[in-house]
Amino acid sequence: MSAPADATASRVPAGPMARFFRRLGEGRDNSLGLLAILIVLVVVLSFVSPYFLTATNLLNIGRGIAIVGIVAVGETIVIIAGGFDLSVGSVMAASGMIAGFLVTHGAPLPAAFAAALAVGALVGFINGAIISYARINPLIATLATLAIIRGLGYVISGGRELVISDEAFLTFGVGQVFGVPYIVILLVATFAVFAWLMPRTLFGRYAYAIGSSAKAAQRAGVPVSRWRIVYYVTCGLLSALAGLVFVARTGNAQPSAALGIELDVITAVILGGTSLTGGRGRLWGTFIGLLLLGVVNNGLILVGVPAFWQQVVKGTILLVAVLYDELRRNRVEEA
Amino acid sequence: MPQPLLELTGVSKTFGPVTALDRVDMQIGAAEAVGLIGDNGAGKSTLVKILSGLYPPTTGSMRFDGRAVHFGSPFEARAAGIEMIYQDLALCGDLDVAANVFLGRERKKSFGPIRLLDRTTMREDARRVMRELGTDIAPERIVGGLSGGQRQLVAVARALQFQPRLLLLDEPTAALSSEKIRVLMGLIEQLKARGVSILMISHRFTDILHVCDRIVVVRQGRIAGELAPHAQPPERTMAAMHAMMTGDALGVSA
Repeated sequence: MSAPADATASRVPAGPMARFFRRLGEGRDNSLGLLAILIVLVVVLSFVSPYFLTATNLLNIGRGIAIVGIVAVGETIVIIAGGFDLSVGSVMAASGMIAGFLVTHGAPLPAAFAAALAVGALVGFINGAIISYARINPLIATLATLAIIRGLGYVISGGRELVISDEAFLTFGVGQVFGVPYIVILLVATFAVFAWLMPRTLFGRYAYAIGSSAKAAQRAGVPVSRWRIVYYVTCGLLSALAGLVFVARTGNAQPSAALGIELDVITAVILGGTSLTGGRGRLWGTFIGLLLLGVVNNGLILVGVPAFWQQVVKGTILLVAVLYDELRRNRVEEA
Repeated sequence: MPQPLLELTGVSKTFGPVTALDRVDMQIGAAEAVGLIGDNGAGKSTLVKILSGLYPPTTGSMRFDGRAVHFGSPFEARAAGIEMIYQDLALCGDLDVAANVFLGRERKKSFGPIRLLDRTTMREDARRVMRELGTDIAPERIVGGLSGGQRQLVAVARALQFQPRLLLLDEPTAALSSEKIRVLMGLIEQLKARGVSILMISHRFTDILHVCDRIVVVRQGRIAGELAPHAQPPERTMAAMHAMMTGDALGVSA
């Protein structure tokens, strides 16, 4: 990407815009390029299908990406901190099952939600503890918990799904205010809160520091293991929240819910410019990546591409995003 | 010597079957600069890592500023007033200069119930400490984009920002140009004048001879001897250093 790198290098820009352009110049932020692709895609699709730019369709896209998006916030933070979490889909299913079970057995809704979030936090804690203290590769550790949690969900439920009849629970999934679905508001709020926190708190600062160099952070006195656990717990909590949204939208809790959702989540994160090696990434990049994925999915349906091909397209997008990340990283390191 | 700032008694460190340090006794006085030399694997780095809280000693005791200390982590050593500049600098390449200077000890401000990073103050303080080092590297620069010498200055700035009582330096001049070495050496003199004690590992004997009041030679995990460089001509000190490091002359017992 071309940007006025030379113009900014000699002075000392202080404002946020100046910093933004400098990062762009240093090849550290590709969000603008991604935004451009998104806009082109939107323009093309609005010509191809008259249905695309209708409010109904745009809200459909919003509803479609809400679940993946909430999880992607947690995944972005974990990947920035140099980790990886494959267990998000299993956590979604397990926490949805817990909430569904409690609600159908007469428990009050807040208690059911709290229990679901507790399950997410617990799995996150286990992931973080295994990775930090037993020093297991995060891919393997969370692949194991993915299988274990998914399996436990089937064992406990006997493979049966639970139909939810609780009005309030279902309203959470389909209700709207001024025409905007609750779950879209929840999605935007989750992004906004964490995007605000990341540059302004120790929580965010240490995620970038640990992802950049865990050894350097350790030597500077950062309690690295404890913070890693915090990031996995955050990801677990957000996965559980997404699991609740899933149940609320579909009206039933099933042990096979969100199977394979990690593909969409990780694609959105990497597409958004978060580096697989950690230390770099922005939540708003993930947000644009998410929108792009949502628009592509929607576009494929509108244009009439068979569902099986959508999987192929998604995988290809992930591959391209990873290759681009690799190229960009090499360029930055040579500079 | 009056009461020393740092006193090690019988400090040993073993890694499995390997003895890296063997019953080391050592003292560093207030405002004293001590050079630590020895061959690769002699135990210099292990000694410095114990002082910086990275390793606990296997046996032996440590007193700092008159009190017995046991550092469980680098954070505790830094809190006590011991700063360390690592040979690999221990910087986070994806963070900016200010974030690296304050890493692990960020300045915060209250925002209702939550504590936020005080980024403005940290940037200003980082800019000030960089100026003291004679450089105007902007605090917003990402460290990964800096040259080797500039990174070294960031590592030095991090240590100075917190006004240490004892500064540990592991090969501080390795990545510096001769001009920057002069700046750094001048700075070490300044710190000494301000009462900061220094323990420096360096392969550049000229640096050691220049700033150190005392030279401690380590060989095979033990203290092989000590030298006072200002008490004799530099050539004699150099010769004695080499002899102690290899242990083959001048009747020095290893």
